[in-house]
Amino acid sequence: MSAIQPSPALPVGGPAPSAAVTAAWVRSLRPGVILASLVVLFFVLAAIAPALLAPRDPLAIDLAASLRAPSAGHVLGTDQSGRDVYTRIVHGARQSLLIGVGATALAMAVAIALGFLSGLGGRLVDGLVSRFVEVLFSFPVLMLSLLFVTVFGPSATTEIVAVGISSAPGYARMIRGQVLSVRGSGYVEAARALGHSYPRVIRRHVFPNAMRPLVVVVTLGVGQSIVWAAGLAFLGLGVAPPAPEWGAMLDAGRNYVTHAWWLEIFPGLAIVLFALSVTTIGRYLQQRLEGGPAR
Amino acid sequence: MSIQLDQSRDLLRVENLRVAFGPPKQRREVVEGVSFTLAAGRCLAIVGESGSGKSVTARSLVGLTGGDAHVSADALAFEGRSLLGLRDRGWRALRGKGVGFVLQDALVSLDQLRPVGKEIAEGLRLHRWGTRETRRARVVELLTQVGVPEPELRARQLPHELSGGLRQRALIAAAIALDPPLIIADEPTTALDVTVQAQVLDLLAQTKERGTALILISHDLAVVARMADEVAVMRAGEIVERGPASEVLARPRHAYTRALLDAVPSTHSKGTRLSPAPPSPLIREPAPAAAAPVRDGARVPVLEATGLVKRYRGPDGITRTVVDDVSFELAAGETLGVVGESGSGKTTTARIALALTEPDGGQVLLNGGPWTAVPERRRRARRRQIGVVYQDPLSSFDPRWSVERILLDALPEGGYPGAAQRRARIGELLEQVGLEHEHRDRRPLQLSGGQRQRVAIARALAPEPSVIVCDEPVSALDVSIQAQVLDLLTDLQAALGLSYLFISHDLGVIHHMSDRVLVLNDGKVVEQGTADEIFFSPRQPYTQQLLAALPTLAREPRDLAEVG
Amino acid sequence: MSARGVAVRLLGAIGVLWAAATFTFFVQTLLPGDRATLILNQESGQTIKRTASELAPINAKYGFDDSIVGQYLHYLGGLARGDLGSSYQLHEPVARIIGDQIGPTIVLTVTALLFAWAISLVLTIATAKRGRVRSTLGSGFETIAAGLPHYWLGVVLLVVFAIDLKWFPVEGETSLSGLVLPALTLGIPLAGFIGQVTRDEFEKVLDQPFVTSARARGMGDLGVRTRHALRHAVLPGITLSGWALGALFSGAVIVESVFARPGIGQVLVSAANARDIPLVSGVVMLLAFVYVVANLLVDLAYTVVDPRMRTA
Repeated sequence: MSAIQPSPALPVGGPAPSAAVTAAWVRSLRPGVILASLVVLFFVLAAIAPALLAPRDPLAIDLAASLRAPSAGHVLGTDQSGRDVYTRIVHGARQSLLIGVGATALAMAVAIALGFLSGLGGRLVDGLVSRFVEVLFSFPVLMLSLLFVTVFGPSATTEIVAVGISSAPGYARMIRGQVLSVRGSGYVEAARALGHSYPRVIRRHVFPNAMRPLVVVVTLGVGQSIVWAAGLAFLGLGVAPPAPEWGAMLDAGRNYVTHAWWLEIFPGLAIVLFALSVTTIGRYLQQRLEGGPAR
Repeated sequence: MSIQLDQSRDLLRVENLRVAFGPPKQRREVVEGVSFTLAAGRCLAIVGESGSGKSVTARSLVGLTGGDAHVSADALAFEGRSLLGLRDRGWRALRGKGVGFVLQDALVSLDQLRPVGKEIAEGLRLHRWGTRETRRARVVELLTQVGVPEPELRARQLPHELSGGLRQRALIAAAIALDPPLIIADEPTTALDVTVQAQVLDLLAQTKERGTALILISHDLAVVARMADEVAVMRAGEIVERGPASEVLARPRHAYTRALLDAVPSTHSKGTRLSPAPPSPLIREPAPAAAAPVRDGARVPVLEATGLVKRYRGPDGITRTVVDDVSFELAAGETLGVVGESGSGKTTTARIALALTEPDGGQVLLNGGPWTAVPERRRRARRRQIGVVYQDPLSSFDPRWSVERILLDALPEGGYPGAAQRRARIGELLEQVGLEHEHRDRRPLQLSGGQRQRVAIARALAPEPSVIVCDEPVSALDVSIQAQVLDLLTDLQAALGLSYLFISHDLGVIHHMSDRVLVLNDGKVVEQGTADEIFFSPRQPYTQQLLAALPTLAREPRDLAEVG
Repeated sequence: MSARGVAVRLLGAIGVLWAAATFTFFVQTLLPGDRATLILNQESGQTIKRTASELAPINAKYGFDDSIVGQYLHYLGGLARGDLGSSYQLHEPVARIIGDQIGPTIVLTVTALLFAWAISLVLTIATAKRGRVRSTLGSGFETIAAGLPHYWLGVVLLVVFAIDLKWFPVEGETSLSGLVLPALTLGIPLAGFIGQVTRDEFEKVLDQPFVTSARARGMGDLGVRTRHALRHAVLPGITLSGWALGALFSGAVIVESVFARPGIGQVLVSAANARDIPLVSGVVMLLAFVYVVANLLVDLAYTVVDPRMRTA
């Protein structure tokens, strides 16, 4: 019966595939990791000092040059108000990355609390908490986020809270599983047999080992959160339009998609590139952490 | 008594077989020039430790070495036909019909999602044997032939519904389905209990009697001794010694074969060293008679268990008694061997002795004081009196920690005043278990299996315990490494006056190590007594049966004389 | 499946629904400010403070004057009768609104699931363990596909195949050809996802001793792949499908929005914008229900593929 898994190893926090799945792929694509690092570096730099990469003003309106297709003057074209799309993408990185990082941080805080409560608590606590988490996990992230936006009204803060809370159950499940597996491990039993106290075992073994895979999960989480938050924004439930933010740009471009495809394709490409790069790096880290020495 | 290989036509002829893996530039040779012949109806055993290339050799005979393998040979002929340069279609025609292949571990060698009967019929179907109906009848016939009761029912069942022994039989049935002239069995009895192992070996012997030639791949010399006409001993991709089984096993010419034979713990090896390595340097002189704990002026056992009972509720809601009224005593400086087949309750007994599992009845006294009957809080300080060595040392180490950190963690709190003293103590421990200074900073993953077990022993020694519970400490090791670890344990006992509660399924290991032996079956103590009593004059039918099933090596009288 | 097994599963399903209902109810109570005021302001499009006499009939109509526990029990009672409350915005029972709109969404979701399975199976059989180049291509496609957000993939497909190549209608069509692009948009990321899991399992299975056993009986590569490996490889994907169906439903919201397709998505987005809480929580409850049903279906499918489940 060992081959059957009654509760499937579902992906962490939604559509992020499991560890081993792409391990082979990552191994065969080392140059991919370098490329991914460059992409991430570019966007991080854009978030810190956007003017370095795009000296123009992201809000400067130039109605004479509205809806221009990509050209030498405007490499990624202009929007309906003649604003440069490239400039807006670069300047939008800060807001989008902040939403991603904020949502992931919130998700992690909630997930670590729930995961450890569940993994270290007794049968009763674990039963209650993990059922609760299980039910929340049954809802897709977007759905829960919609519920939050409906109740609290759209804003950047709601976006962070909605995505953060909604993606927490997936991470909580994973942390709980990790805590349980470390708790049942041979080395925890060996520590018990040596007469070490329960708090010492938790501190020295359970906590560090259960937290180990989180480095990777956090990396993957930031990319995913940006994708989800942009999805909300795309539906018109995110940050208000004039601000340069990737999701908001998608929302604003929707009405022009039939004749100005660059308004949708390029901000979306920024999201996809960033998320994919972060995923690639995360997988690579995961493989390194699992295979090699950790410290 | 020599065997005239040329009298009958060679069924299989292998000359200078070489197998390498990997892409051309970094090719790694695994088999380096192996040659042998096999006549129809004979049995050749290929023996070696892990990594010797024995399994790869076997697989290359049916073209199943895998994608990136490079196989070459001066000659590779089966029934007079060369197999060199055979295409996929040719190999497929050979497999199953010319050569039957039996893999180890039948649970994973049968498709979990298909009925056993279908698996057996598969070979028949692939080689277009008979019709669906005649195949079905043949499956039942085959199952009957390999001694599977209720063959019609079994054919419809899934592998997980069958016991390990029945699964192995079904696998053999699948291999002999088309009456191939040659059967290759790769470690056919490795995962099986000794009594089941004996039955499976009998079955293979019957197949051989019907005229089928057999190539038996094994790490276990004793298994081979009983079946083989001829033995080839492999090491690092080469055959180091080959000859008639009686010759090779009784009068080995090659040093490696001799070392391998000496390394096998058995009834005859008691009191001798198993490995050629000298004793650990730190072990200066035998300890003064182990200081036995004293209570009311009388010496008491270091470990004393009375009426232990442990029950578990299975997933099906049925409660099983895994340990049923087990009592034993372990005196200072002695080794008590606990032997039994899988499911006999030996590991649970060990865990109760370590107070890691709470018994449902009975109790254990440690050094004369209550142990399992007191709360964990009060046990904690006394845990340093009892250590443990597990079967799988790797999982018992925190993967983040270096060897030094692992040992530091095991030193008793407050036992050493400064960092220098602690480091000195670690150096001493490493030396005692035969590890080098350079191993300090390694992580367990970077050590070999034998080295890991040495670290585990050092960790058990660190708090200076009086008792060490060894739970199958050598079961995962190759025989020569096993020999070193067993020797180390023996040396440490002599030097430090330790007492061992030694758990193993391996009767040879148990007899070699133990002063007294406890035989467990179904959670109950079947028999207990001194090792020699149990092994030379067992009183209980179960023990007799167990010993009768044990394959043994017939050694030269000269060797026996050493034991006295 | 034994009677006991059925009972346990049903109880579990009811438990999930109950927990989901409780959760959605309490999220609703987190609403900042007064709910009756929100409803009135929404209707009139104003943001002003309302007097008690204005609020009283609204409070009575929606039961806001009841205690929290009373409201909770009333909500649960309604759910048990299939009553999801009524929309603040459309003044219609939520159940009826959902019932009217759900058809196209179900068609889209189921088509997408079929697409996803077809794509991932073909990809796995054709590329898993078939040499370095092929399997790198296959798994590369899967990784990228799994990471594509619906809103972007949809736009790309729309721009390329509908606007540029004019192979498919641009938007708003419920015809069969209008279904292709939306279903692909929804199905491709899932295909990448199922594909990754299936490939992983497939490759693992091909290294299993029982596969070597089968080869040693004379079985060829194709036989091993289809008769042995495939069955094992689809198991994790099936398990995943239960969860995926819920994810597809929520993805459908975005896809419907991209292609301006009628369905539950349009209703939901406008409800979220209008802060029409009963309607949004009604859809959330519907999803909980879909999840429960999907998982029962998964159990069934599992039993078909894995005979061990029949005897266990």
